[in-house]
Amino acid sequence: MRDLIRRILDWVDHRTGFETAVKNFLYEDIPASSGWHQVFGSVALFLFFVQAFTGVLLAFNYAPQPGDAYHSLQYIVNEITGGRLIRGLHHWGSSLMVVVVGLHMIQVALWGAYKKPREATWILGVLLLLLVLAFGLTGYLLPWDNRAYWATVVTIQIAGLAPLFGEYLVEFLGGTEGVGVSTFTRFYTLHVLMLPALTVLVMMLHIHLVRKHGVTPSPRAIGKPKKKFYPGQAFKDLMAFFAVFVLLFVLAATVDVPLERLADPSDSTYVPRPEWYFLFLFQMLKFFEGRWEVVGAVILPTLAVLALLAVPFLDRAKVKRIQQRTLAFAVVGVVLAGWLALTVAADLTTPEPVASARETSPATADWRLLTPVELAGRAYFRREKCADCHNLAEGEPKMGPTLATVSQRKPTEWLMAHFGNPSEAVPGNPRPATALSDEELNGLAAFVLKLTPTNAAALEAVPPYAMRAAVIYQESQCGACHVVNGSGEESGPPLNGVGQRRTAEWLEEHFRDPQKFDPQSVMPPYDFPPDDMKAMVDYMEALPPAFQ
Amino acid sequence: MGKDPQSSSRRTFYQRMIYGVSSLIATSLTIPAVGYLFPSRRKGNAGKGWTDAGDVSALPLNEPRELAFQRKRVDGWKTSTERATAWVVRTDGELIAFSPRCTHLGCGYHWETDNDRFVCPCHTSGFSITGEVLEGPAPRPLDRFETRTEGNRLWLGRVRPIPENGGQ
Repeated sequence: MRDLIRRILDWVDHRTGFETAVKNFLYEDIPASSGWHQVFGSVALFLFFVQAFTGVLLAFNYAPQPGDAYHSLQYIVNEITGGRLIRGLHHWGSSLMVVVVGLHMIQVALWGAYKKPREATWILGVLLLLLVLAFGLTGYLLPWDNRAYWATVVTIQIAGLAPLFGEYLVEFLGGTEGVGVSTFTRFYTLHVLMLPALTVLVMMLHIHLVRKHGVTPSPRAIGKPKKKFYPGQAFKDLMAFFAVFVLLFVLAATVDVPLERLADPSDSTYVPRPEWYFLFLFQMLKFFEGRWEVVGAVILPTLAVLALLAVPFLDRAKVKRIQQRTLAFAVVGVVLAGWLALTVAADLTTPEPVASARETSPATADWRLLTPVELAGRAYFRREKCADCHNLAEGEPKMGPTLATVSQRKPTEWLMAHFGNPSEAVPGNPRPATALSDEELNGLAAFVLKLTPTNAAALEAVPPYAMRAAVIYQESQCGACHVVNGSGEESGPPLNGVGQRRTAEWLEEHFRDPQKFDPQSVMPPYDFPPDDMKAMVDYMEALPPAFQ
Repeated sequence: MGKDPQSSSRRTFYQRMIYGVSSLIATSLTIPAVGYLFPSRRKGNAGKGWTDAGDVSALPLNEPRELAFQRKRVDGWKTSTERATAWVVRTDGELIAFSPRCTHLGCGYHWETDNDRFVCPCHTSGFSITGEVLEGPAPRPLDRFETRTEGNRLWLGRVRPIPENGGQ
């Protein structure tokens, strides 16, 4: 058996050189000083494979379109076996990647491993860092929730600040018309096609150079016999993979990655925050006001990248033992401290989410005090199944916002547009356009604007007859002659108190034939069907006798 | 180098750990991936529930008609309403609704009054008015919807293939 496998392997090796290549790779000579401090590059490579693996899996069930993206991600997270875990791995994997790449750079900087002849390896490494950050930036938009949307709005704005080419950058990112389908498609393409291809290419060049120049030895190891990469260092690398993998797995399995509600461009109270590794940039922006903003947004970051690229050309001293590289420690320490201070400052100044909308004018918890327009709005709300996506009061979360807390922040025009065509006001909203008349739109807006956190639960429980009656009242244009709860024209008698003045039989008969009671009456007869008639009479009787 | 027993046993330890840990990582990634790519069907609700296929009071005896109706379809993350059809025939005392797909390779078939049979245009399978295979490569009789009637309206349930010996 062993013999057969040997012969097959020999046959393959003879034709492809595969085994020889693997051996070449594994039995690479490394300096005697190699050890645990040199595992970070391999760990970054490992994480790249984990990200590619989980990323491809996500793509299998992901619809790359605004709106659909959100729903397919919901589907992945809530319905597919392992979906939540795989999204968690991909999400936390990206954070760990930034950490590991950072540690890798710090190690190389402390040991001075960028020195001649390894300048090009360092430069490619800086490029890889930028690619990792670009992955994070583009991937952030793909869930298409509020967080994704608003963070990208800020990103695009910053891109636009770049001198000379800002406008072109925004155009390249598909942000000329604001964040929308173009932006999304550009970000998606960058994230899943261009960045992976570029990263693989630069990574290969980077690894090629590492092997060409060999792992950097410490001065003490020069002249000592070399070790083989396999199995000693390979073991250390793999143990490091394992430690990172366990951490990643535990994070993915236990810490839920938030999927906020669907991106809402009209949500002016949303406080966008970037991912933690961009917080320092975000914080820095606060120090530069007005026309100086470009300094914090573009010039300083660009200078920082240039400084990173220039490191091997600035430090050209001979290779020293790490114990003697005090300046390197000082520089890395200062940079880290600055980064940490900015990040902590940004975190401390992040406000809590806005608690609730302002309390407004006479909020009533009694549906009897609503005007017929508002009450009819409640009926349209039910008829149009608005409750499929919205809670009136707090309840089990639905796709759309809870109306008691958000509706008063919206201008009426926005509300009307949203009722008429939900997907126009909220891109990606799956609800088709409705065919509501202007009166109906008005009613809905009037009702929704009446909602507050304190009265929403009560207004949810309007009896069906009252909703029916309010719709009839609106359709029959009773308000053209009558006042209910202070709303309507006054040419006819006010209807508050009519239930106390008259009996139900009188009311019913009067609807059918007003002239029977008053020959001078200009009210047309309304011969409602029995159910509607009962609803109207009951509504009249339920009205408060007097309205202030 | 590495010939003394201590170094050799350390080497074996390294190798075992390398194989062990890489298998462990690979397995813990593969298992969720398999569950993810081949989700169990329990969560899908395609084919669940009943659909109103319309009024069948005017359906003549022994004359198949293709009824078109709207049906809710859950496909991944999307729930949509789509147009669907069923071939419905009233025989003596029974109302049969056939799935509109040929049991051979899923083409749409039609009723040929002259030949008194359902004919599939793809590979010329023929089926009797009760769905039995009369000719061609079809492996089994036409599949049927579960049916129930409410007043004059026909409601369709899920599609059930009927066993080889037919439903008669």
